[in-house]
Amino acid sequence: MRTPAHLADLAPGQSATIAAIEAHAGLRNRLEALGLSRGQRVQMLRRAWLAGPLHVRVGMTELMLRRADAARVGLEVGLDPWPVAA
Amino acid sequence: MAGGRVSTIAVLGMPNTGKSTLFNQLTGSHAHIGNWPGITVDLMQADVDLQGTPAQLVDLPGIYDLRGHSDDEAVVRRFLESTRLDLVVVVLNASQLDRQLRLALQVRQLGLPAVLLLNMADEAKRFGVTIDTTSLAEELAMPVVLLSAKYRRGLGEARHQMAKAIAKGLSQEGPGGSQAPVAHLDACLAEGDGALQRQIAQLMERSVTLPPQWRDRLTRRLDGVLLHPLLGLPLFFLVMALMFQAIYAIGVPLQEALGTLLDSFGQGVIAPLIRGLPAFAQGFLLEGVYQGIGTVSAFLPVIFLFFLAMGVVEDSGYLSRAAYLMDAFMERLGLDGRSFVLSLMGFGCNVPAIMGTRVMRDRGLRLLSMLIIPFSLCSARLNVFLFMASVFFAPRVGGLVIFGLYVMSFAAAIVTALLFKGRFSSNEPLVLELPPYRFPTLRQMFSRAWLEVRHFWFWSRRFIIFGVVAVWLLNNLPFGVEPASAQSFSGWIGRALMPVLGPLGINPKLAVALLFGFIAKEIVLGGLAVIYGQANPLALGHALALDVNWVQAVSFMLFTLLYTPCLSTVAVIRSESKSAKFTWFSVLWSLALAWGTSFGFYQLATALGWGSLVLH
Ligand SMILES: Nc1nc2c(ncn2[C@@H]2O[C@H](COP(=O)(O)OP(=O)(O)OP(=O)(O)O)[C@@H](O)[C@H]2O)c(=O)[nH]1
Repeated sequence: MRTPAHLADLAPGQSATIAAIEAHAGLRNRLEALGLSRGQRVQMLRRAWLAGPLHVRVGMTELMLRRADAARVGLEVGLDPWPVAA
Repeated sequence: MAGGRVSTIAVLGMPNTGKSTLFNQLTGSHAHIGNWPGITVDLMQADVDLQGTPAQLVDLPGIYDLRGHSDDEAVVRRFLESTRLDLVVVVLNASQLDRQLRLALQVRQLGLPAVLLLNMADEAKRFGVTIDTTSLAEELAMPVVLLSAKYRRGLGEARHQMAKAIAKGLSQEGPGGSQAPVAHLDACLAEGDGALQRQIAQLMERSVTLPPQWRDRLTRRLDGVLLHPLLGLPLFFLVMALMFQAIYAIGVPLQEALGTLLDSFGQGVIAPLIRGLPAFAQGFLLEGVYQGIGTVSAFLPVIFLFFLAMGVVEDSGYLSRAAYLMDAFMERLGLDGRSFVLSLMGFGCNVPAIMGTRVMRDRGLRLLSMLIIPFSLCSARLNVFLFMASVFFAPRVGGLVIFGLYVMSFAAAIVTALLFKGRFSSNEPLVLELPPYRFPTLRQMFSRAWLEVRHFWFWSRRFIIFGVVAVWLLNNLPFGVEPASAQSFSGWIGRALMPVLGPLGINPKLAVALLFGFIAKEIVLGGLAVIYGQANPLALGHALALDVNWVQAVSFMLFTLLYTPCLSTVAVIRSESKSAKFTWFSVLWSLALAWGTSFGFYQLATALGWGSLVLH
């Protein structure tokens, strides 16, 4: 499966590696403190309906975040080297 | 030893790492709110004895990053820059060291003497995370203790290491006393920032083994159901409804029993004691001051129960799930799902719901939530409405009126949020941890609920008693008038308000009842009974129905629904927001909304000639 360019577009069950955080300092800082930083693997666990928030896992932490914020997390594009079984 | 000087220890950690739990375990329940120059939030503080060394422990707000941009992060920075510390205790979640070590490294970068406590050892073990504390301690050059605050494991070792670290600091200290506060904090941190990521990776590789696969099956399965796109919301509402029922099934009888008890104490013990005094003084003491104390006390059982329930929802990890479930809707109102949970709780009683906004750390979000919670139709208001509906409407219509008032209550909250979300916007992004599901312990829940009760008593008592006394005086002055009659000050105010309230169909008597309602909606009916001179509810209903028509009654109900719920709510808004300006704003806005709504309704209904319709 090809990896989309942004965390907001990842399908449930899919994982990818974070390439960059393109957010203003406040958001970037918070995302990094919660583990979403360059080079980390993230997995999409579920996406709420009606453009609701996303449930993701990064390292040993599970998070919810809004789509607008997740769109600022860039992923490494390319074939997913480690497809994860759901 | 430096002459028995009391050492100062700060407890620092990321949110949700169990910092407060640990703080309570270390200090017993002797904590009080400390006073620190330049720090605007409450910091809990307690004196402890660490194996013979006297020390004061200060609990700092949970933060993610010492260089972060949130209010709490600024508070912690200011604290570190202005306080001489002997030791910093850094509390991290042992199973999330992959991201949390950053805080320990930042503290080390600042050169502060530190002890690292890795909490939730039980979970780390359950998830298959193993930590080599000896190697970690060596790499970080600070003592490291693995412990579990909730289950009281490893606390002795933690105390021992803290005492040792302090003794070491004292033996090195010069004649000038302890460590100077940190200078140039930001510059110092910026210097170390670049290397953080690499250092964390290195520490993880040398000292921590993560499980090859995530092991928390229970959480995975529960989330599959509780966060299910279709089932999630109905389940959430079911949980809320059950909790609500439980609180009020127990709380209301308790509240009534307490009321009766206080009443008979007043009549049986206090009244005889003050019998020698003039009648006015007797009334002042009994119906003013003592009644004021009673008003405060009446809230204590509900607050206790509310926080027991809230403790379960929060500690189990469900509160952040509720935020997930409701976010699609709440985001559009500038709020998040936690505000929704609290507003729902507000339908029981606004006071604990407002206190509960403390779970939200962002100030804008908190203030906006505090602004909308008072519109939740609480059980005290419901009592007034049930009575009025039974007087003015046939049962079927009455039910519709009550339903309509609930709709108005939601509408007022939504309109308020939409209008003011720009003014009280949150500047923190909503990125919340969804922790693994946990079983709260009884002990923990009880001590939390008890703390909240004490907090309410401490902060709100004077304000409420003062308000009750003031309204009593208005009703009973000048000397010798019939209480709350047309000749009393409040009767006079009722008439003076007619230019404002007349257009709403509210007559001077109802205006005085609204004055009563400002103290508490519980006493509106009692107030009406005094004003109309009818103690019997049936007779009071008759007298009311003769005096006003149903359009006036609905206008009165709308006003009662929307204006200031009660003095206690105002008191907690003030103590939680710590801003007199915001408190005024909240009171005035609700008055304005109440006035506008009643005005619109009354004028429209009168123009349509509804007043003469008989609906009974
Ligand atoms: N499993 C486990 N849970 C714990 C432990 N210590 C605390 N908890 C739980 O972790 C959650 C957070 O604890 P708190 O003490 O409120 O955390 P805090 O760090 O003070 O959080 P903030 O108030 O947000 O700063 C609660 O549900 C606690 O019951 C522990 O040792 N093991």
